[in-house]
Amino acid sequence: MYRGQSGQWSWLFHRVTGLGVLIFLLIHIVDITLIGFGPTVYNDALQVFDTAPFRIFTLALIGALLYHAFNGIRIILVDFWPSGYKYQRQMFYTVMGLTILCTLATAFFILAPIFGKCPQPGYCSAVM
Amino acid sequence: MAAADGTLSVQIKVKRYQPEKEAKPYWQEFRVQVDPKDRLLDALNQIKWEQDGTLTFRRSCAHGVCGSDAMRINGRNRLACKLLIEDVGTRITVEPMLGFPVIRDLVVDMDPFFAKYEKIKPYLINDEPEPRTERRQSPEQRERYDETTKCILCGACTGSCPSVWANADWVGPASIVNAHRFIFDSRDRGANERLQILSDRNGVWRCRTIFNCSEACPRGIHVTDAIEEVKRAIMYGSNAIE
Repeated sequence: MYRGQSGQWSWLFHRVTGLGVLIFLLIHIVDITLIGFGPTVYNDALQVFDTAPFRIFTLALIGALLYHAFNGIRIILVDFWPSGYKYQRQMFYTVMGLTILCTLATAFFILAPIFGKCPQPGYCSAVM
Repeated sequence: MAAADGTLSVQIKVKRYQPEKEAKPYWQEFRVQVDPKDRLLDALNQIKWEQDGTLTFRRSCAHGVCGSDAMRINGRNRLACKLLIEDVGTRITVEPMLGFPVIRDLVVDMDPFFAKYEKIKPYLINDEPEPRTERRQSPEQRERYDETTKCILCGACTGSCPSVWANADWVGPASIVNAHRFIFDSRDRGANERLQILSDRNGVWRCRTIFNCSEACPRGIHVTDAIEEVKRAIMYGSNAIE
């Protein structure tokens, strides 16, 4: 293993999160296709997304998506802003900070129903 | 622990391999007594001269100019002749660079590396009639590509690049640095030719801005920046070169 620094980690996370989001997209295509089998099949199948493991999976997906989006902006800045390369490390820390912050904020909404709580009125009517 | 005479006892773990005789590489540990201000190369020489003459590594000038002794030291590509023992600690691992075929121990095959270097035409291209004096250049024009003239072709950047490990056909950072040196030289007329070579699928676009190269360069060249400048020169055309 090469002992690369923040740049190598940012690239590795970008790859892994990109692949994760792609795999979710494939699952999503399958679950959307189920509507072809009628509303009962579709609704029953989508109940699975309300279970605790899938809620944690959804949170991981959002974390991956947020990282991939924020780091995508970092890469665009490195590519198009001539001074971007000088700040790549600081931008990586900003990306990590924003990702963690936004994931935690979303975690409240996604995980609350697992603990029998509804984060806002109307939000849980379908599932609770 | 420093001894009474100020020397240090240093453990050096070397990845050894002789492809034609051995099935796979193995680690060998050596212990040397060296001054903290000695370079890692001095320690390797001590092993070779006093303990095991079969340990094989390249070195020529031993002063960070020839670029012979690039190797992976504690996981990062460095020149053994520029690294002081006190800066690297008393437990050191030394391996050949990744991305190059190993010839023996720390010696890697640099032929593919130089073939890629030649691919970008690393020489002045200018068919205009020769001037009566030298081809003149303002200090600003010279400054434009100053950084990339410092490359010593040690391969530390190329061996640190995950895109190189994944694809042996990619030109790699060192070639692009040397292309940059001529593309942005006001006396040169071969920029379009080189940009053409570097815009194909094994050209600059395989750079994923991982920055390992910039951190590995023993000459302090901002390699990723040079690659990005070449990318922008391809995108925006020759206006970006001025």
